[in-house]
Amino acid sequence: MSEKKVTRRNFLYVTTGAFTAAGAASIAWPFIDQMNPDASVKALASTEIDLRPIVPGQSITVLWRGKPVFVRRRTQEEIDEAQMVALTDLPDPQDDSERAINPEWLVMVGICTHLGCIPLGQKGDYNGWFCPCHGSHYDTSGRIRKGPAPTNLEIPEYVFLNDNTIKIG
Amino acid sequence: MKALNNFFLLLCSHLLLVTSIAFSAELKEPMHPDWSFEGPLGKFDRASLQRGYQVYTEVCSGCHSMNLLSYRNLVEEGGPEFSESQAKVMAAAFEVPGVPNSDGEVEMRPAILSDKFVSPYENEQQGRAANGGAYPPDLSVMVKARHGGADYIYSLLLGYVDAPNDVKLDDGVYYNKYAKGQKIAMPQVLYEDGVEYTDGTIATQEQMSRDVTMFLTWAAEPKLEARKRIGFKVISYLLILSVLLYFTNRQIWKES
Amino acid sequence: MSDNYQPTSAVGRWFNDRLPLLNLIYGHLLPYPTPKNLNYWWTFGGILTFCLLTQIITGLVLAMHYVADADQAFASVEHIMRDVNYGWLLRYIHANGASLFFMAVYIHMARSLFYGSYKEPRELIWIIGVFIFLLMIATAFMGYVLPWGQMSFWGATVITNLFSAIPVVGESVTNWLWGGYAVGSPLLTRFFTLHYLMPFLIFALVILHVWALHVPGNNNPEGINVVQGSQDTVPFHPHYVVKDLFALVVFMIIFAGFVFFVPNILGHSDNYIQANPLQTPEHIVPEWYFLPFYAILRSVPDKLGGVILMVSAIAILAFLPWLDTSKVRSAKYRPLYRQFVWLFFADVILLGYLGAQTADGLYLIIGRIATIYYFVHFIVIMPLLGFIEKTKPLPKSLSEPVLSKEEREMKAGATVSA
Repeated sequence: MSEKKVTRRNFLYVTTGAFTAAGAASIAWPFIDQMNPDASVKALASTEIDLRPIVPGQSITVLWRGKPVFVRRRTQEEIDEAQMVALTDLPDPQDDSERAINPEWLVMVGICTHLGCIPLGQKGDYNGWFCPCHGSHYDTSGRIRKGPAPTNLEIPEYVFLNDNTIKIG
Repeated sequence: MKALNNFFLLLCSHLLLVTSIAFSAELKEPMHPDWSFEGPLGKFDRASLQRGYQVYTEVCSGCHSMNLLSYRNLVEEGGPEFSESQAKVMAAAFEVPGVPNSDGEVEMRPAILSDKFVSPYENEQQGRAANGGAYPPDLSVMVKARHGGADYIYSLLLGYVDAPNDVKLDDGVYYNKYAKGQKIAMPQVLYEDGVEYTDGTIATQEQMSRDVTMFLTWAAEPKLEARKRIGFKVISYLLILSVLLYFTNRQIWKES
Repeated sequence: MSDNYQPTSAVGRWFNDRLPLLNLIYGHLLPYPTPKNLNYWWTFGGILTFCLLTQIITGLVLAMHYVADADQAFASVEHIMRDVNYGWLLRYIHANGASLFFMAVYIHMARSLFYGSYKEPRELIWIIGVFIFLLMIATAFMGYVLPWGQMSFWGATVITNLFSAIPVVGESVTNWLWGGYAVGSPLLTRFFTLHYLMPFLIFALVILHVWALHVPGNNNPEGINVVQGSQDTVPFHPHYVVKDLFALVVFMIIFAGFVFFVPNILGHSDNYIQANPLQTPEHIVPEWYFLPFYAILRSVPDKLGGVILMVSAIAILAFLPWLDTSKVRSAKYRPLYRQFVWLFFADVILLGYLGAQTADGLYLIIGRIATIYYFVHFIVIMPLLGFIEKTKPLPKSLSEPVLSKEEREMKAGATVSA
């Protein structure tokens, strides 16, 4: 067989092989993508919360996108505590004003940034939150102070629709 | 390509779905208008879908639910493609029960995009009571649930004529050329100028039937456009691959 | 062949010395000696493997979204069609895949009937195949129930009621099947469980099917024995790997035609109406691939008799290797059988057509004749043909038929001129 013929034959084999492989690879995508959040989950409603029944020093937990959200009406004492901390003392420095639109109200996702447990309120060394799973301590602004958690508790997107209502998401 | 598609359809429907013959005795062959969504590259007519939604909400939704659809679907690609702000306004025209408030009472709130289409009746019994015992069926997948599909729905909406003298109709039963046995429990609902189209289109009976059928076809098969688009690519790919494999195969056998 | 295979990589050798899995795969897929004259009817084994894997993989992902509860099943299927990413594609592949699977299996079986692949020494391959077919029927039937449309519900009702034909214990058996006094949620949930399980049983049987096949090697269009590893064979790879792949891609084009352009044409529109236990659809028809058996069921005016006859229609296939008394395999060399086998195929297609018609009048009479013929073919014609048929002379080897034809022509020419 001449060399030219062999080259042409090899070209045919390689093209066919590559073309088959490309097709097989693109077929995989629908099977992977089907596990991503679907259209109904993505469109899930934002949650509105009526703040009226919450008195200072009290918090409620609401479910938003399958996660617990803490809404706490902080006491003046807690606010002062949160605002007076020097940023240099914090593992994940963030000012309290960045974390609360209105200092009286702290709204955050109630999931420990370590491995996803739900921290207990008004516990721990900083009078904030304490995660019982692996011992992370958060302060009255939900900032990590001690323990294995790497970052502060997450603040979800929310707005005040009026003085008494917030909308999360 | 269209001829091929038609041939394919014909072949399948005759070889495999011989059941249709059994139906034809009591069912009149429906009209077959040109649908933009037919053919291998068919697409819905956006304007027609939007008008169809208007006909559905202003006329059909008084009795028929569409409980598999959500207002967000009106925005999605391949559908009527209303803008998000338009759809929000449309949704807000309906009321749905909210979450119980702190006193445990459920108050009504305006619907939002993630809500399902609001049903006219609380339950089937209420629907029956309001319609002389006949429950107006849900329209979500109606086009796929009837033999003849879009053609049948379209024809049915235009099939109301005066009953021949020898046909006796009971109370709550109407004469329709295309209905099974020419009798149907739904009265004629589409009349000239039954709606005032926001885009200025003249609302003839034919126009409204066409638009609402288009809308219902989309509702039953919302991924139709993506399906045909992807299908065209897949088949093109497979055709090329088959040619490559044909020659590879020939080469391999020649060498042995 | 497989015993002296050595993987080229060090890791491969290390692994293979401890578990000769690569030997096994290598031996069965690469140099496996295959008759060189297999035609395209022989590509359906590979196509069927593809069908099974497609059904298992798409089924697995559909199960991630489907809810097996009478109140939610219908809506969950529509949720897959509307909200799940590519859900419509996965469901249409799965639904049409079932039809295409049966199309391929019928062709595969017809090939076996035509070329006598079920005969000695391949009886066991065939019998395992009959069991695979039985499991396929059960799996497809249960799968059709899952969307919980009108046809699902009433199909399940009619078929499970067949068990009530069993004398004495019939009613207890149906109640046990239903987990209640009618078709409902308990039945749906157990059907889903079994529908999930059975494909894996099929998969296990497929391994046995192929294993049993690789003992005597493939039959071939001439139906004669070939010596493994002789001039009559070629290695499976690349010759049949690529040929099967080409046939598979052609099959996939047809498959894609259904999935993307007429995805509902093989289904029934009534199955898009949610199950309603208070209203039976006017015509209950099973999926097209069950129609011949459905016609046999309906041709008997007796409840128990119909059930027995329908089950027999499939069971009789398992006895085929012994009902066929002819020593010659391929219909190419059996002039009478060749005509009867086509008549049989026509009879099955006729039964399929009748299965979709209303069971009365002329249809019923033709249905009965076709049913009787179905059994006559197996019980009378097949055993008889072996004794009365004068078969054509068989070639000595696969390379011979072409030669002998020329030779015969030459001989004929010589006689004429002389």
